[in-house]
Amino acid sequence: MRSISLRILASVTALAVMGSLSAMAEELPELVINEDIEMVTRTKAPAHLENLDEIRSGWTFRTKETQAFQMDDFDNPGMIFVDQALDTWETVDGAAGKSCASCHEGPESMAGMRASMPKWNDDAGAVWTMEMYINDCRENRMQADAWGWKSQPMLNMNALISLQSRGMPVDVKIDGPAQSTWEKGKEMYYTRYGQLELSCANCHEQNYDNYIRADHLSQGQINGFPVYRLKQANLITSHNRFRGCIRDTRAETFSEGSPEFIALELYVSSRGNGLSVEAPSVRN
Amino acid sequence: MRYGKLRAGATALAAAGLGAAFFGSALAAELAPQQVVYDEGKVSESLSGVPGDVEAGRKVMITRGQGNCIACHEVTALKEVPFHGEVGPTLDGAGERWSEAELRGIVANSKMTFEDSMMPSFYKVSGYIRPGNAFTGKAAKTAELPPLLTAQQIEDVVAYLLTLKE
Repeated sequence: MRSISLRILASVTALAVMGSLSAMAEELPELVINEDIEMVTRTKAPAHLENLDEIRSGWTFRTKETQAFQMDDFDNPGMIFVDQALDTWETVDGAAGKSCASCHEGPESMAGMRASMPKWNDDAGAVWTMEMYINDCRENRMQADAWGWKSQPMLNMNALISLQSRGMPVDVKIDGPAQSTWEKGKEMYYTRYGQLELSCANCHEQNYDNYIRADHLSQGQINGFPVYRLKQANLITSHNRFRGCIRDTRAETFSEGSPEFIALELYVSSRGNGLSVEAPSVRN
Repeated sequence: MRYGKLRAGATALAAAGLGAAFFGSALAAELAPQQVVYDEGKVSESLSGVPGDVEAGRKVMITRGQGNCIACHEVTALKEVPFHGEVGPTLDGAGERWSEAELRGIVANSKMTFEDSMMPSFYKVSGYIRPGNAFTGKAAKTAELPPLLTAQQIEDVVAYLLTLKE
């Protein structure tokens, strides 16, 4: 209630500043999935974010058509891959004769995991991503082969596990032992890579909501990952996007699963603390 | 190939010193990116020694893989070409706001005029973080990269920008 009146107040102030009394306050679209799950797509920026007041999900920057794909699971192409992962969840693999279900019962036991990813792993002494936790289970508990970072079963399982946190606020820890990794990710975010000398911040902090040619720049939030990307007709991870973005600065990019991208994932995730987990979201 | 020859020419000129000035005019001396002198951002000397061509400059402005200036800047005179960006200021009236030397300096290396500009430096070959081999994502093959635009393309863009009057 309070936030609504604040929003109205903000709109009134904006109108007064513009001196345009005839302009109507634009009604912002809201993301409700399956007419049931209400998602936070705009909220106050977390305290550590110095340069933004409000954080916005990538969903708010997309066209109505793209937005609609995510509003019903029957329309969301990412859900096909989630279904595939459900089969895998039940399937025994590896020398230990176990499936995911053998230890974890239903996938709903994974609720909350995506919301905290990536996070510090005390035993490993490092920040771990979802992929690393999945492969740890496969290799050590199931005695099965690790999945490739970009392999389809890995993408699918990542989406299934992430879906269990859908609607929960992103809540990534940035202090304690994770802090030095977070700092490294932050430094990367503001580094101007490549011959075009562009940082993440140039486009996604200083110019979100602006267009570069036909591209509508978002804040580069990753609360919707893994994302079903229409352009690629598949699920993709945040590291896949990071690799493409840095490549597009005419730089030597980093690879998926590299320590650099794990640090960047931690930092960029933390910029979305407070937005809803949307996986699998749909983007263009 | 052409670039290599010109570079060799430039070296020979430097070696011969002042006496080579005659040669210079015959070669229409091109300034290599490292030779460009910025005076508070301004570059008064032509980079190619050949006057810019307005129509060629227009093409560099709108073509992806060349200047693609409209990716970030709106230009009313180019409105028949779709999708102008909003990242940089409009270039309408640029030919009145800026002198030729100022425009040349901004196009060649805008950071000499605007310290924190997001605009890429179009006539620069080194000083990059993790320089890549174009858009492959792989490491650059040479210590110095080919500049994003040639000396003549920059002269052409400057000639075009000078036509933008309000």
